[in-house]
Amino acid sequence: MGLDIRLPLGLIFLIIGGIMAVYGVFTRGSAMYASSQGINLNLIWGLVMLLFGLIMFIAGRKK
Amino acid sequence: MHLSPIDWLIMLVYFVFVLGIGFALKRYMRTSTDFFLAGRSIPAWVCGLAFISANLGAQEVIGMGASGAKYGIITSHFYWIGAIPAMLFVGLFMMPFYYGSKARSVPEYLRLRYDEKTRAVNAFSFAIMTVFSSGISMYAMALLIQTLGLLHGIVPDAWVFHVSIILSAVIVLGYIFLGGLTSAIYNEVLQFFLIVAGFLPLVWIGLRNVGGWHGIQQKLPTTMTHSWRGMTHASTNSLGVEVVGLVMGLGFVLSFGYWCTDFLVIQRAMAAESQDSARRVPIIAAVPKMFFPFLVILPGLIAVSVTSHSSAMQPTSITQQASGHALPLDEAHPHGIIPQKVDPISGHPILDTNGNPVYDYDLAIPVMLLHFFPTGILGLGLTALLASFMSGMAGNVTAFNTVWTYDIYQSYIKKDASDAHYLWMGRIATIGGILLSIAAAYAVTNFNNIMDALQLIFSLVNAPLFATFLLGMFWKRTTGHGAFTGLLTGTAAALVHHGLTIPADAVPGIHGGWIHVVHTYPSDMAQNFWTAIFAFGVNLLVTTVVSLFTKPRPEPELVGLVYSLTPKAPEHHLTWYQKPLTLALGVLAVLVALNLVFA
Repeated sequence: MGLDIRLPLGLIFLIIGGIMAVYGVFTRGSAMYASSQGINLNLIWGLVMLLFGLIMFIAGRKK
Repeated sequence: MHLSPIDWLIMLVYFVFVLGIGFALKRYMRTSTDFFLAGRSIPAWVCGLAFISANLGAQEVIGMGASGAKYGIITSHFYWIGAIPAMLFVGLFMMPFYYGSKARSVPEYLRLRYDEKTRAVNAFSFAIMTVFSSGISMYAMALLIQTLGLLHGIVPDAWVFHVSIILSAVIVLGYIFLGGLTSAIYNEVLQFFLIVAGFLPLVWIGLRNVGGWHGIQQKLPTTMTHSWRGMTHASTNSLGVEVVGLVMGLGFVLSFGYWCTDFLVIQRAMAAESQDSARRVPIIAAVPKMFFPFLVILPGLIAVSVTSHSSAMQPTSITQQASGHALPLDEAHPHGIIPQKVDPISGHPILDTNGNPVYDYDLAIPVMLLHFFPTGILGLGLTALLASFMSGMAGNVTAFNTVWTYDIYQSYIKKDASDAHYLWMGRIATIGGILLSIAAAYAVTNFNNIMDALQLIFSLVNAPLFATFLLGMFWKRTTGHGAFTGLLTGTAAALVHHGLTIPADAVPGIHGGWIHVVHTYPSDMAQNFWTAIFAFGVNLLVTTVVSLFTKPRPEPELVGLVYSLTPKAPEHHLTWYQKPLTLALGVLAVLVALNLVFA
């Protein structure tokens, strides 16, 4: 099938991960992280998702 | 509940992608094979993820979280005894016949192997069940959106339910109408990764909060943190099932009946690019599936272990617990942050017949998301939840449009039309399937008992099915008359068994005993498992006996359909790790280890 699934998969993780990471940077030390025990989940998990998205996107482009 | 723009933005990105995939794939939909079978061109790992994602609907995510909160890690039996062995079996032994026979659907396999009438029974009952399953997913999603107040302040409260139904229907319709099964499969892969991405941080933060698995073990009673303890007798484990009912009923009959014969999942494997790939699909799927208890059951356990209430969420329940009388949820059944069930009309908490509060375990996972996730990642968590509902819906709709078009329309209504006509019919059937799902969703809303009734019907229809396939694939003597009578008597046996037995503390009626109560089961789960065992047994027996008295089909006609008459596909072109058997043995080893660790 003409479209490699890894492209849209990589893209959506890049975008959502990017949004979360940027938002995490701007909300460092915010009181709202009390619910996640002081861990800046947006920044950390956003970066993890960015990385995953990047790997998928590159793998999809290679073919 | 108030969501910030950033949460909405994340959800919006998801919906744009979902529909975008449909549009991107539209130009590849040239023939009916493209639309219904994804052109049989999808790589095994993609099909494998779709294979579990199609099943990862509302019942799974919400239901498994609820069971985890209610019964504990023992719920993992649904995976480690139930799904995984069945998935390995279908990949190793059954897929060569589904894929190799060139059947386009499971009912079509039944026609090739047996006859028209056996196919008709399966096609019609399956089509009806998919519509209702999709309707239930839709209903559950709308109910959750309403309960959480997601759209509060955006649309009037009285409309939230209807708006949710219509929105989900339009989105699912959009991407299947455009891109058919390929679109559904691609979206299921997306949904799979989003569900993992949304739930993994939840488990991480949740475990940190309660002090890891050891913290849970200290807070909860031992029956909730061990999966095999007390299984020898129904009264000593929280499921109320003894080991024979569990292993035979759930592990063998129900799970094999579902994973090995349900076209909803088999369709994903049939879309694979080759027979080798098709065989690997369920086995690849089993790998992540094995670890799903940590993603969907564990949050339920964490939810009941959390004791530090950040806000005064349920002050009433705590004071009532302190008053010390026999609560259903006392020290043996802690309720953590699970909210009480509230009557949607009066707004008052619901009490059981003894005046004790009733807890809404179905909210275990949603409440966990709200409890631990700050703005931003909360949007991701809710996206994951919505994705699971939509994949459940889409899976059913794609299975429905295929069975309708190939097994009902092409077989009984219009036989010799052009391929373009069937492609067109597939799109029409997609619209029809969605409209019927909406009708089903409202039927579930308006009749209190219909959910119980539907679950009953599903179990009655599914229970005997596996015997028909098992005999068909592995005994060449089985005849069409035998299969047909066996299937009907098996269903009848399930019905009679249900009418003669009843779970403890239920009144005769929809839960059983409507003929005469001759046996009482310790729980409805035990009754359900044993109903399946009886249905399977009767089907096996009747099919065998009738087959022996009727004329079998000549052997050359059965090549490719029956195990003993089909030459084994050569495997020497595969490297060792590509061989289905090696993969399956690896999965099995991990499975045994998981059972031992959590025993």
